[in-house]
Amino acid sequence: MITKDVIIIGGGPAGLCAAKMLSDQDVSVLLVDRDHHLGGQLVKQTHKFFGSEKQYAKNRGFEIADILIKDIINKPNIEVLLGATVAGLYKDHVMTVVKDEKYYKYKAKAFIIATGASEKSLAFENNDLPGIYGAGAIQTLMNAYGIVPEEEVLMVGSGNIGLIVSYQLLQAGVKVKGIVEAAPYVGGYKVHASKLKRLGVPFYMQHTVKRAIGSDHLEAVEIVRLTDDFQEVDSDTKIIETKALCIAVGLSPLSQLLGMMEVDMKYVKELGGLVPVLNNLNQTSNPNLFACGDVGGIEEASSAMMEGYIAGLGVLKHLERPHPKHDELLHMYHHELELLRNSAYGEKTLAGLKKLRGGPYAE
Amino acid sequence: MLNKTGIPTKEMVSSKFPSEETLVKPKAILECYEAIPCNPCATSCPFDAIVIEDGLTAIPQLLTDKCTGCGQCVTACPGLAITVCQIVNKKALFKIPYEFLPYPQKGEIWHGLNRGGGIICEAEIKNVIANKSKTALVTVIIDQEYLHDFVTIMRK
Repeated sequence: MITKDVIIIGGGPAGLCAAKMLSDQDVSVLLVDRDHHLGGQLVKQTHKFFGSEKQYAKNRGFEIADILIKDIINKPNIEVLLGATVAGLYKDHVMTVVKDEKYYKYKAKAFIIATGASEKSLAFENNDLPGIYGAGAIQTLMNAYGIVPEEEVLMVGSGNIGLIVSYQLLQAGVKVKGIVEAAPYVGGYKVHASKLKRLGVPFYMQHTVKRAIGSDHLEAVEIVRLTDDFQEVDSDTKIIETKALCIAVGLSPLSQLLGMMEVDMKYVKELGGLVPVLNNLNQTSNPNLFACGDVGGIEEASSAMMEGYIAGLGVLKHLERPHPKHDELLHMYHHELELLRNSAYGEKTLAGLKKLRGGPYAE
Repeated sequence: MLNKTGIPTKEMVSSKFPSEETLVKPKAILECYEAIPCNPCATSCPFDAIVIEDGLTAIPQLLTDKCTGCGQCVTACPGLAITVCQIVNKKALFKIPYEFLPYPQKGEIWHGLNRGGGIICEAEIKNVIANKSKTALVTVIIDQEYLHDFVTIMRK
């Protein structure tokens, strides 16, 4: 059994920033990720990020990953374990990990859960045909491995992921046959939608996928119009020929490990699903367990980074080795979160946090 | 309309353009219509010509007198929502962001596109500056009549 002061599970923007806060402090840290590189989803993001300088705005996602990784790699108090899947988390503070088909046990005084989120899917006839991808898979093929998935793609979902991946497909020389959106309005930032519209990408608003057509590979997709209350209008369908369909219909927090520890959790639709109840140090109802990033509610990488710093501060305080600038930094990162959430998109998060914590989230 | 189609109305577009007299000198056109937490346009401006009232989320405003049309904000904007425009001899000179390879070459004639993706005019490539941000700054010249319609280019 290997013992650490703090184990951070997940090396995306939240986990990296938590590690950064703990670097150069008097704690031993293990940062675990199931992938073979750090950075989480940032490494696949080739677009420039919104936000301010505190979130490295105007840098591209993969560049932000590089900046954060450089900040924590080779720090004497931080050990990084990659290609390692956390299999379980137990109440005696034991974590089990599978790496290279071997099983390892670790123990820590405190854990930071930064596991992120998983993609939602969509139910329709033939949705298991080859040629039907999740947006994350398309991004992995295209941006991590440099493989063009297909020569043409129909996108489902006009949230930021659907819009951004569509633009990246165009940059890779792939024809985007259109964007299918169930709601009457574009889900993501309008600037992203405008970037596609000016390049002639059609938007099929108030439509959903009825079925996929093809025998051994996708050949076409039948879409159907939806009413304002999302009922299918059977008489109004269209067949769109396409070799690939990309599904980008949202994310769910990956909160199973928190479930194993039986911390207080609630289902909050606005936050994307089942999420832990957190205090203003991103601490769960189990004082040794912290959570940050999408696992606590679906937002953007910019907010995940700020939450990572806060969870880092929280852990240091909990271990009675508070950061020398605890109060000042905590105030600053909460202020940054407030700023980031101060828009039409943040309203949903704020409503979710209010439901979750039953009052103003920063109490 | 922007909500439903991604295309701003003519009025929204016109509201972002200064008068033709002002455009004798190059000025930034900030086509940012939605308040989102984002400020690189303001922080990248060497002349403090872009103001975001609350520092982050408010829609950026151009101080036209201070703007020199340098184009720093064009490649800094993560939303690719900024161009620089100048009127010269009945022609409109635009500096636009461009993120597709291969880049255009000086002297080529490309299609000029409107905000709905329609081909509306010819666009002569006057200059291409590759940038370490990987968003190229492309200078194109089009007929002045497309001033408020033109937004980007497509290879012929």
